Parts: sequence; C-alpha cells; structure tokens
Amino acid sequence: MALAAVMIVAFGFGSGADQDSTLVLNPRNPSVEVPDVTVPSRAAPMALGVVCALIGGVGLARGYRRRPYLALGVVLVLFIAALLIWAARGDDTNVLGLLTGTVRRSVPLALGALCGVLCERAGVVNIAIEGMMLSAAFTGALVASAAGMVWAGMAGGIAVGALLGLAFAALSIRYTVDQIVGGTVINIFALGITSFLTARVLVEYEDLNQPGSFGTIDIPLLARIPVLGPLLFQHTIYVYLMVGLALSVSYALYRTRWGLRVRAVGEHPRAADTAGINVTRTRYRAVVLGGGVAGLAGTFFSLDSAGSFQENMTAGRGFIALAALIFGRWDPLGALGAAMLFGFAEELQGRLALLDTPIPSEFLLMTPYIVTIFVVAGLVGRARPPAADGQPYVTS
Amino acid sequence: MTERGDRRRRIVGAALSGARSGALSGARRRLGALVLPALALVSALAVGGLVIVVSDPDALDAWGSFFTDPGRALGESASVVAGAYRALFESSLGSTRAIARTLREATPLLFAGLSVALAFRAGLFNIGAAGQLMVGAASAAYVGFTYELGAFVHLPLALAAGFAGGALWGGIAGLLKARTGAHEVITTIMGNFIALRLLDFALTTEAFQRPGRSDPITEPVAESARLQEVSRSFPVTWGLFLALASAALLWWLLERSTIGFRIRAVGANPAAARYAGMGVGATYLLSMGLAGGLAGLAGTVNVLGVPSFSLTPGYYQFIGFDAIALALLGRARPAGVVAAAVLFGVLRAGATGMQAATDTPVDIIVVIQALVIVFVAAPALVRAIWRVRTVRGAPGTAEGQAFTTNWGAS
Repeated sequence: MALAAVMIVAFGFGSGADQDSTLVLNPRNPSVEVPDVTVPSRAAPMALGVVCALIGGVGLARGYRRRPYLALGVVLVLFIAALLIWAARGDDTNVLGLLTGTVRRSVPLALGALCGVLCERAGVVNIAIEGMMLSAAFTGALVASAAGMVWAGMAGGIAVGALLGLAFAALSIRYTVDQIVGGTVINIFALGITSFLTARVLVEYEDLNQPGSFGTIDIPLLARIPVLGPLLFQHTIYVYLMVGLALSVSYALYRTRWGLRVRAVGEHPRAADTAGINVTRTRYRAVVLGGGVAGLAGTFFSLDSAGSFQENMTAGRGFIALAALIFGRWDPLGALGAAMLFGFAEELQGRLALLDTPIPSEFLLMTPYIVTIFVVAGLVGRARPPAADGQPYVTS
Repeated sequence: MTERGDRRRRIVGAALSGARSGALSGARRRLGALVLPALALVSALAVGGLVIVVSDPDALDAWGSFFTDPGRALGESASVVAGAYRALFESSLGSTRAIARTLREATPLLFAGLSVALAFRAGLFNIGAAGQLMVGAASAAYVGFTYELGAFVHLPLALAAGFAGGALWGGIAGLLKARTGAHEVITTIMGNFIALRLLDFALTTEAFQRPGRSDPITEPVAESARLQEVSRSFPVTWGLFLALASAALLWWLLERSTIGFRIRAVGANPAAARYAGMGVGATYLLSMGLAGGLAGLAGTVNVLGVPSFSLTPGYYQFIGFDAIALALLGRARPAGVVAAAVLFGVLRAGATGMQAATDTPVDIIVVIQALVIVFVAAPALVRAIWRVRTVRGAPGTAEGQAFTTNWGAS
C-alpha cells in the first residue's frame, strides 16, 4: 500500500518535471558573495525526473523493503526542487531567503508540536495548543507593552500558557472531562476572550499593543559562514530556543528517569502506578510544562516580528502543529522535522504567489497541502500514538 | 471516614450505579438530565457577566470607590450586565422576528454539528467541516445559477449537489484513512486549506464569477433553486425543517439501523469490529462521506436560503470550528446537537443586537459558548459550585463519554 502511494508521488513528480521551460536558479547571499547557481530550466527538472523515476523503479523492483522513507524523502526534495526551478524560469528566486523563512515560520509550529509531544507522551491528548498560543500571544503583547520589555512579555506568555495547561490538566485529569472537549473549550475560550479584550481594551488604549519585538542575534563566528550562517545563525532568540528545546525534550524523554516515567504513564498508566509512579502528578507536570512551551510559541506571534497583537493571529497554526506532531510520530525531533516541512510549505506559498506562472496561483498555493496529504498517506501511514493517549486514569 | 472505607464504598457504588439507574422512573431521570445543563447555562452566564463587568470602564470606575460607596459599585455592575443580557435575549427571543432570526442562525450550525457528531460516533475527528461546507456550497450554487429549471426539479437537484460535493470532500479523507491509514485530522485540515484555495480559484473563472464584476463573487442562485420562507410573518426557510429532518434521520440511522450499529461498533473498538467481520475501512469511508455531505448541506442551505444567494471567498468557513463545539456540547447525539444549535443560534442572533444596544463586543458570546461547554462537560464542576446531588446515571450527564478512544489508532 505504501508502495502504491510512493508510486503516485513519483508519478506526480514525473509529470511536473516534464514541464518545459527556460529558467534560472539563483541562491543569493547579501553579505558573503556566493556565486549564483544557474541551471538550465528544461534539462534540470528532466534530470531530476529521471533520478526520481530511477528511485521509483528500483523501489518497485525491490519492493521497498529497505529504507522506504529515505527514498520517498529524496523524491520529495527533488520534486520541490523541480517545482521551484520550473516556477522561477527566466527569472530568479532567492532560495536562501526561502529556506531562512522556512526556519522562522516553523518556530511556532515546532514549539506547538513540542507541547503536544509532552502532553501526549504522558497520555493527555492536547488539541488546545491553538488556544494556548493565542492567549499567550495576547498576554505577550499586553505585558511587554505595559512593562516596556519584550522579555517580560515572553515570561507573561509562558506563564499564561502554563496556567491554561494547569486548567486543562485540572479539567482532564481531576474532572475527567473528555480531553477533546477540554481542549476545544480552551480553544474557543481563548479566541473569545482575546477578541473580546482586544475590542474592549487594546482598541481603546493603543499604547498597550505596542510591545516592540526581539532583535536578531548573530551567533559569533558561525553567523559568518556563507549560506549556512544566514540560514541557521542569524535569527531571533526563538529559533535557538526551538532547536534547544527540541533537543532537550528529546534527551529528557529518552534519557532521563523523568522521561521514562512520562512515557510509562502514557503507555500503560496502571503498570506505572503499580511501579510506584504517581500518574496524576506526572501528567499534571507534563501538561503544565507543555502549556508553558505552547505559551512561548504564542509569544512568537506578537513579539518576534509583528510587534503587535491582532485578533485570531494564530490562524489555525495550533492545528497545523497538531498535524506536525502526528506526522512526526509523537517524537520531539520528528515533530521538529515535520514542523520544518509545514513551515516550508507556508513560506513556499508566499513566494510562489509572487512568481509569474501559467498555472493559476491558487493551484500552486494548494500544492503544499496536497503534498502533505500524499506524504501522510504514503510515508507515515498508520502512525502509532502512545497507548493510553486520551484516556483518563481513574483508580478504582 | 477512612480512606479505605471510602474507597470500598466507591467501588460498591460504581457496581450498583448501573442497576440503580435502571430502577429510576423515566420522568425523574429526564428531569435530572435537565438540571445540570440548566445550571451549566446559568453558571456560564454568571461568569460571562463577570467578564463584562471587569472590562467595562464605568463599572470598573465604580469599583474603584467600592469602600466608600459599595452600593454604587454593585448597582453599576448589575445594570451593565443586565443591560447586555437583556439586549441579547430581546434580539434573539424577544419577538417572532427575533426567534426566526435565531432559527435561521441555527440551521447551518445544526447541519455542521451533525456532521462532526456523526464522525465522532465512528471514532473519527472531522476538523474538515469548513472545507466540506465550502465545496458543498460551491456545488449547490453552481447548479443553482447555471441551470434554469422548474422549482420541483431545480431545488432538489441543488440540494443533492451540495450534499454530493461535501460527501466527496469528506469521502476523500475517509478513503485515505481506510486505504492508507492516513490520519483524518491531518487530511481534513489539509482539505480545508485546499477547498479554500479551490473556491478562490473558482471565483475567478467564467463559470462562477458574476459577469461584469471584478471582485470574486458568484451570480445569485436562480429563484427556482432558492429555499423559500415558510411565511412572511415568520421568515424561516424550509432549510430549518430539512435540518431537523436530517437530525431525526441521523438518529434513526445511528440507533436503529444495521449501518448505524456498524458505525458505532467501529467507533467504539475498531479491532473488535474487524474481528466481528465488519468492514472497518468501508465504515470509515461511509461515515466520512455522510459527515461531509451533512457539512456540505450546511453551506447549501445558506447559499440557497440567505439573501445575496451568492458565494464569496472563504464562504462560511468559520462554522467549521463551531461545529466541533456543537457536536461536543450535544455529546454527539442528534437531539443534543439540535439543542446546542438552538443555543448557539440564540447567542449568535442576540450578539449583534447586544453590541448595538450596549456596546458590549460580540465576542463575549464566544466566551459564553466555551463556558457552557466546559460546565456541561464537567458535571463535577457544576455540582461543586451549586452543591447539588444529581440523579446518578441520568442521561445527558454521562461522564466518561469518550471521544478520544480512537485517537490516532486505526
């Protein structure tokens, strides 16, 4: 079955690559001079198509028994490269800018997905990521404006995220409210209260919605590497926090006693309880911690570059984070990777809309989502969540 | 009481509760089922009032002098809240026209809520009502303004097209889930985005865009395909009755038919259902198809029944998330969803009147909606606040109704 999906992706790619065109690919770098890469617009996608067909053929012949994901990943990357080359024919497109934008845009998705990892590994399904982020974005803007310090806003946002995490934990653990219900409630509540307060307070007192924003931090030395420097080491604090948190959550989950307990509670709470682990407390902690991470993700919206809060500014990204979590198979680093992919899709949309292509821009804009569906259908297949995910633990 | 004794009592209580609830008289049980939702609504309105007070400049000003003049603070707060709520209820239930407005708001909400509820019963989480709604509305509108037919043919045809469009969009997610195991949460979210772009695109094509207009809007649906109003004095379209009939039909399907049993069995435990010889994949496909069709009808009754009768970008997509709330509030039961849709209709219809009369932002109703859900979903919370003992095992208070049993598993 996975084979069939892989074939579809390979075929879809193949036809895309056969598009004729004249074009230039031009990664540019403002600070350090890197030669532009120019490729022939017709031959390059063709060549990529041939490579893809080869991979597909080999895979077919050998039945994809070994490393199916690798093959599919490679095909996907080639497909996107071909799409870009084709879309930018006769013109130039800034690939570096595209990738840098990807890193930036994946921040709230990755942090949101990390929140999901923490909660769901402990057995609590958290679809409230959206609400937590939105509330934190609002609080971040408000506190930062009032205190005149962006850091205060970030702290405030984290605190509100953790507080909502506590409320969510109380609902789902103490009151055993169904977790989907509890999460939905928090989402709706956050949307309502932030919109209400925006209309009531922020519109009237405009100086309460001028939080300023975090500046870019260049990592010494590393930031000066050509291409890689601007891509990875010239960002706001959020990008570094994202990578740091993903790594530390991964370490904590798989290498510490705390992580073992969290995972045990998520897989088999009764067994964990028997072994002397306090299931309730472990879940509370994980959810509150997750809430804090989601809060941090939320402050990104109002404090990273926007410099203000707008109604419903998270615009469903909490749900994309949820998708990234599932796509990343409930693993911190997997979630980071998935968030990068979705971030790339988001960034790609904005750029494709600017390029002049014969295909209506709306179809280009939906390509990332279609690709995601294919990837999920073919690549991930039946993802396995923690066994006790979503089930309240009640001692009898 | 010692902890041990307490625990033992609880075990016995749990074992007996099933038998006890069976012995209760039906009338008492039904009454018990109404107490908690009513208290939940009162609690939600009370907390909502608190939010209004806290954010009202006049009331806050009065609270500033609470210690010198407590009467003024309380009076001011009470008048602010009472004014807001009076306006809310007057413009939603205060007159025949207001009630009609409420029911008009409730109609698409009901369809969309039923859609998510049906998916829940099959163990599926349909976040894609928004996309299915847009595709359904677009299909119905296309049939509506492209052809000129007699009303007896045209209207049913447009409705069928709306259902089919939504069913197709939902069915794709169901098919992917059945064939490849792709998680429906991801595929339906992506489906929303794709539908949004697809509609954007359609509105620029000759087939859809109104001639002579540069902005993306369709032609109005032909007179023969419109849902007519029941009477001039009570301006509700037949769409409402269609929605109620769908709710009844869905109840029958779920509770009384073989297909419904299969849907519920797959929702409760897909592995057991498969072991019992049921086609789990086919059930997923069927459930998502039907759910999508219902969501499609939500858009259809709007485009065929609400003046303007034409599509615009992102048509009514916001209902998609309300739909989840409705299904949860109605506990995924058709009758519950009907009640929830009426409640949301009241809040929606009243909100604009409230904002006009008292300057309270409409968004307060969203807060109230969330509070109602949380209080309905957490009976223990309401009991703790009101210190009531409710009838155990009463319908509608079923604790432990789980929507998440199937999360991610297939």
